Amino acid sequence: MSRLVKRGALAIGLAAAAVSPLLGAPNLGRPATPAEIAAWDIDVRPDFKGLPAGSGSVMQGQDIWEAQCESCHGTFGESNEWFTPLAGGTTAADQKTGHVKSLAGPDVPQRTTLMKLSTVSTLFDYIRRAMPWTAPKSLSDDEVYAVTAYVLYLNDVVDDAFVLDQDTIREVQGRLPNRNGMSRKHGLWLASGKPDTANKACMRNCGDEANVTSSLPDYARDAHGNLADQNRTFGPVRGVQTVAPAPATDAATASSPAASALLLAQDNGCTGCHGVDEQILGPSFREVAKRYEGKPESIGKLTRTILQGGSGNWGEMPMPAQDHLDDAQADALAQWILDGAQ
Amino acid sequence: MAESLKRRGAIVRAPENFLSGDQIAAVGAGRRDFLRQAMIAAAAVGAGAAMPARAAEASAGDPDILNLPPWSTTLGKPVASTPYGSPSKFETNLVRRESPGLTRVGASSVSFAPLQGLFGIITPSGLHFERHHQGWQDVDPARHRLMINGLVGTPKVYTMDDLMRLPSVSRIHFIECGANSGMEWGNVAVPTVQYTHGMLSCSEFTGVPLSVLLEDCGYERSDGHYVLAEGADGSSMTRTIPIDNALDDVIVAYGQNGEMLRPENGYPLRLVVPGVQGVSWVKWLRRIEIGDQPYGTKDESLHYVDLMPDGTHRQYSSIQEAKSVITTPSGGQQLVGQGYYTVTGLAWSGRGAIRRVDVSADGGRNWRRAKLETPVLSKALTRFNIDWEWDGAPAILQSRAIDDTGYVQPTMPQLRAVRGSKSIYHNNAIQSWAVAPSGEVSNVQVG
Ligand code: HEC
Ligand code: HEC
Repeated sequence: MSRLVKRGALAIGLAAAAVSPLLGAPNLGRPATPAEIAAWDIDVRPDFKGLPAGSGSVMQGQDIWEAQCESCHGTFGESNEWFTPLAGGTTAADQKTGHVKSLAGPDVPQRTTLMKLSTVSTLFDYIRRAMPWTAPKSLSDDEVYAVTAYVLYLNDVVDDAFVLDQDTIREVQGRLPNRNGMSRKHGLWLASGKPDTANKACMRNCGDEANVTSSLPDYARDAHGNLADQNRTFGPVRGVQTVAPAPATDAATASSPAASALLLAQDNGCTGCHGVDEQILGPSFREVAKRYEGKPESIGKLTRTILQGGSGNWGEMPMPAQDHLDDAQADALAQWILDGAQ
Repeated sequence: MAESLKRRGAIVRAPENFLSGDQIAAVGAGRRDFLRQAMIAAAAVGAGAAMPARAAEASAGDPDILNLPPWSTTLGKPVASTPYGSPSKFETNLVRRESPGLTRVGASSVSFAPLQGLFGIITPSGLHFERHHQGWQDVDPARHRLMINGLVGTPKVYTMDDLMRLPSVSRIHFIECGANSGMEWGNVAVPTVQYTHGMLSCSEFTGVPLSVLLEDCGYERSDGHYVLAEGADGSSMTRTIPIDNALDDVIVAYGQNGEMLRPENGYPLRLVVPGVQGVSWVKWLRRIEIGDQPYGTKDESLHYVDLMPDGTHRQYSSIQEAKSVITTPSGGQQLVGQGYYTVTGLAWSGRGAIRRVDVSADGGRNWRRAKLETPVLSKALTRFNIDWEWDGAPAILQSRAIDDTGYVQPTMPQLRAVRGSKSIYHNNAIQSWAVAPSGEVSNVQVG
């Protein structure tokens, strides 16, 4: 029995072992096939172990970017709408030193991905496993090379004629603006690490009188809604009333078809792509209502689009089929949208 | 809804954004005003229904005693009317909530556990905090597989049938997101303990020790020093875990609080990495790889890296150091009157068990030792409480945890002196709650 099993047995509890001694290897599970491992083992390490064969140019990357990434990350990777910006914020000098200078000091600007990136494998690996966000793992390896090259181009790490492949990726590593920006010299990696603060458990007359240095500004009092509604209404405390009580809604409006349609839209993920008033990935519901105003017969078409998906009516981005809905729900949603999504 | 969210979002966008210097100055200047308004609001509450038991009517007594309520005079509901039970209809206020303006889309966001109303140390599974990077999935357990590959004797595949036949352990551990309290590095940003500390939960997890599985795949200690864990969802979240840690107490878990994991928490399989920040507890776990180098994945290179004042990022910061917080009374709450209270809260450490918790009512000048409720377990939440007589004077409540390594939870100024205020992650500072003469409790920082 190896050291490992002993540890395992210890972890399981020796009491159990006393009743029925370990019978040896459980012999459960089965060997993984090479094809299975190849299908799942897609990670790429900083030393490029795991990097697949392939290549892609900045030019090819631009086409992929415009079709599949731009809508969320912006034309130049600058968008703040879905996530923090990908590109920007580094200088030619940073590329020389491998330290993004603006990260030091108290006035750090919003950090972009490329301001932090220290290993180019991370960018390749992540795009390959997780992007585009709504269709992860749909890109071929060549496409991942191309669009990775394009993201690097957006940050001036490579020029527009660059082709990224298994060899050139090593050069790129040497040009990353923050390649020397990471440190493992701290006590939080291992359980045995040494803490970097050393408070003392003083009990009496410790330090000076407490001085309040920060509190919530008055204008933010209701920023998290009415705190009275986030606590029990009995017990030692109540939640503070931070919002004036709403006029009593009668039960009829609370359970009106409109209110339940909005809930239905929220529950079914529609509002991730459509705001009531605001375009997200798809048009706002009010825009849709405006387009079909005075055409009540379009209810059938909209119900179909909701169930089966659609494309080309509003822009480049297709709407995926929502076939988890039943016909009645799709119909109710379409009717609600046509009625102005009130 | 959309409108009000937008407006709120403009106030504090965290954790990457904090209030501006001007805004902070305004806070300082406006503080008195703020307190006065709070008192007016509190007085209004006092006049209403929120204060203690209704005064007994004239002479006869309490109408809630004198007039029998319907639940005493009618037939109740039959068994199994709700086959999977739900909380009382009076408990709808305590739910998971998002912090407005914190993130941009719901599928890459956080919902916070309502710590202000929870008891003991176990988080009800339906209230466990959530953090997803690419939405949550409800994975079919019959089609779920765990693969173990890399530097092992035989790479293997396990079904849920296999895993649930293997020797199991059940252990209680806390899980805390590395970004918990991350919005508060620069200044006070959110009002209640749900938002300051609610990326924290604690459950009993059941599953197979990772050491048993690695042994089963013929892993030899000399071969690899790092474990990569990977999820089966769209993000296929990956994190590196040092092997010593992995062999020590890591569990490949399927059970949570006596039932299967909830889908939001990784059903049917997740990694439990005691003491380490939540992002390493990979959900929907599909693969474990053993290697001889760390993997530098996105969530250990671009995020979950702690920015230091010199412009470097601490990479692979993982351990959650000792921390505590008072949950009652806490920010956004209103005491119902003067007199006796039990001040209670939670303490935990990623390095072991909690040895002691002290509580101060004067902003940290004088401290008293709190009682620890049992059980007191390693790398689990520990509930503490202490009696307190509130005489109506202003107070600042704080708690301070000490773990069994002797480490004492730091103050905010101590942390900032080493790490600045831009690091987002691993804020384990002592939390201060100010009690105003009105009885309103609010989030403050003291220096
Ligand atoms: C539907 C919106 C959407 C689309 C389309 C999309 N992304 Fe993303 N992307 C996101 C979100 C949201 C995140 C953050 C995910 C998280 O929280 O972990 C992200 C993260 C990233 C990151 C990591 C950034 C960081 O700092 O962690 C990269 C790189 C990236 N996307 C590249 C791409 C590329 C390349 C494409 C096109 C092939 C693409 N994205 C398409 C929404 C999108
Ligand atoms: C992943 C994003 C996404 C989700 C989720 C989504 N939509 Fe859409 N939707 C779109 C896009 C993009 C379009 C525009 C398609 C086009 O140009 O034809 C659209 C178009 C529409 C239209 C207008 C169709 C037309 O023919 O003019 C309606 C109505 C609609 N969506 C309703 C819904 C409802 C209801 C749901 C939820 C059940 C939903 N959508 C979920 C992205 C989405």
